[in-house]
Amino acid sequence: MIRLREKWSSPVLLIVLLLLLLALPAFVPSGYTVILITNILMYVVLTLSWAIFSGPTGYISLAPAAFFGVGVYASAILSSDLPLFVVAPIGGAGSFVLAYLVGSLTLRLRGMYFTMFTFGLVELVRNSLHWWEVNITGTVGRLIISADNTTVFYGMVATFLAVLFASYLIERSKFGLALRSIGESEEAAAHSGVNVNRVKVVMFAVSAFFMGATGATMSMRWTYIDPTLAFNIQYSFMPVLMAIFGGMGHLYAPITGAAIFSLLEEFLTTRFPYYYMLLFGLTLLVVILFMPHGLEGVIEKWRKKILRSP
Amino acid sequence: MVVQFLDIAIGGLLTGGIYALIAVGFGLQYGVARVLNIAHGEFIMLGAYCTWTLFTSAGVTPLVSMLFCAPFFFAIGFVIHRIYYTPLRTSSESPAVFEGNSMLASFGLLFVVQNLALIIWGSPVKGYSYMAFPVQLSGAVFSANRIVTLIASVILGSAFYVFLMSTRMGKAIRAAAQDPNAAELMGVRINRVLALCFGFGVMMAALGGLLLSMTSIMLSPVMGMQYTLIAIIVVVLGGLGNIKGSFIGGFILGLVGYVVSSSQPGLSMVAYYLIFLFLLLVRPTGLLGK
Repeated sequence: MIRLREKWSSPVLLIVLLLLLLALPAFVPSGYTVILITNILMYVVLTLSWAIFSGPTGYISLAPAAFFGVGVYASAILSSDLPLFVVAPIGGAGSFVLAYLVGSLTLRLRGMYFTMFTFGLVELVRNSLHWWEVNITGTVGRLIISADNTTVFYGMVATFLAVLFASYLIERSKFGLALRSIGESEEAAAHSGVNVNRVKVVMFAVSAFFMGATGATMSMRWTYIDPTLAFNIQYSFMPVLMAIFGGMGHLYAPITGAAIFSLLEEFLTTRFPYYYMLLFGLTLLVVILFMPHGLEGVIEKWRKKILRSP
Repeated sequence: MVVQFLDIAIGGLLTGGIYALIAVGFGLQYGVARVLNIAHGEFIMLGAYCTWTLFTSAGVTPLVSMLFCAPFFFAIGFVIHRIYYTPLRTSSESPAVFEGNSMLASFGLLFVVQNLALIIWGSPVKGYSYMAFPVQLSGAVFSANRIVTLIASVILGSAFYVFLMSTRMGKAIRAAAQDPNAAELMGVRINRVLALCFGFGVMMAALGGLLLSMTSIMLSPVMGMQYTLIAIIVVVLGGLGNIKGSFIGGFILGLVGYVVSSSQPGLSMVAYYLIFLFLLLVRPTGLLGK
């Protein structure tokens, strides 16, 4: 009975949520709510796409900002000629290619060395680009032809749907199984016939695709970008934080984590700009020590308790 | 030509000394305590700011403030490990889980320290000048403070090396680096040793920051990150937990940085990173690693 209820409840919830999202701009006249939800969606997509690869494998990537920035720059170059729904996939493709190259070079590295590498990747891309813009192009920043809030909002909804669908498919496919077995034991996975390097590289690139698309879409809210803005290391930390906070075992977990965290961000940044990051840090420390499986761990525990009690 | 070569060599050495010191601390935290401390650079920043505060408000010269800073930051690191990383280590299912979690926790630490510094000192950059008179070294001119920082970092590094090699505590640290469980079975008080290592790591970061602040760089609460990256690269270059390797790596990085930044200032980080990439692919155990 309970299993049955679980089976139909999540698609129905999803459809309701979707309809609410799609109808939102028509009902809310003020731009603020739309911008707020767009922002939340951005973090949700970044977190979810981070969790596609890093969740099951345990390879902690700190490179989301690099892929986000590539998307931003794709849009800076192309937005004057092409509409958003063409620019976003191109930005994603750019990130896909970068991630594929970087992945095939570095995903042979185990554990922490990979993390260290991705940590530096953002700085590398940012510094190279900065140098390029100053010495070759002769500028630092670029102008972006910005889109209106509603267009950006629908762009993010579309990206969200795409990443949700992709994560769902990957989780159920043999790719998902391969990723999980890599996370359990890489040797065992290789011995069972999983092409370990290929799976890792492809999935890393897929997760980067959505980060790039997000960057390309979100960049249309700004009119001006420069390497420091586009490759802000914050875009690397936040998805990791949110995924840890939410948990990574189920699809809903990173979404919940990202939604709660970005709401908190919205609420706190305007009031206590410094204390807010301080609070973030403390929250992270507390979550890691006391809730190692994130919010999800707590929710699952409660659910088991409720299900058991008659 | 010879003068130019010497100029580059000495310039590189002068920067590399501090890099080495920072990396020794980082290597100690990751190699022994298994904490990949992303917040390492934040303690460099704190050390620099404390020195600045002592110098500008109380007139304490940086070399004297070392006497306050070293025990103070050691204690901070020790306490942080005791109240946070020790419980985290005991509650983690496996060393690999602890490694992942402690790395993520160090992000939390990064945010906390960085924003505390923002609240205390504010975001405008700060700086002071101390011993900034020029000194001639075989034809090339350097400011005296940079030479002092090199001497100080070599002395600190060697002192720590001697401590590690010839005291009982040093032996315990080396044992814990090889195998924490076996060390514990042999009677090493493992939690204390790991906390000591974390404390030493924080201390060296702060001393590195102290020396850095002497070289008339601009201090800002967000300056730490680039030094964390440098520490990571030097540690990979020299081999994890290898003090001599850290110094060699530090000097190499200093040299490369000096050469590259004298022709293309924007590209030194890129050059570091390319070395790092190359080394990770060819020799992930480092130049002196086994």
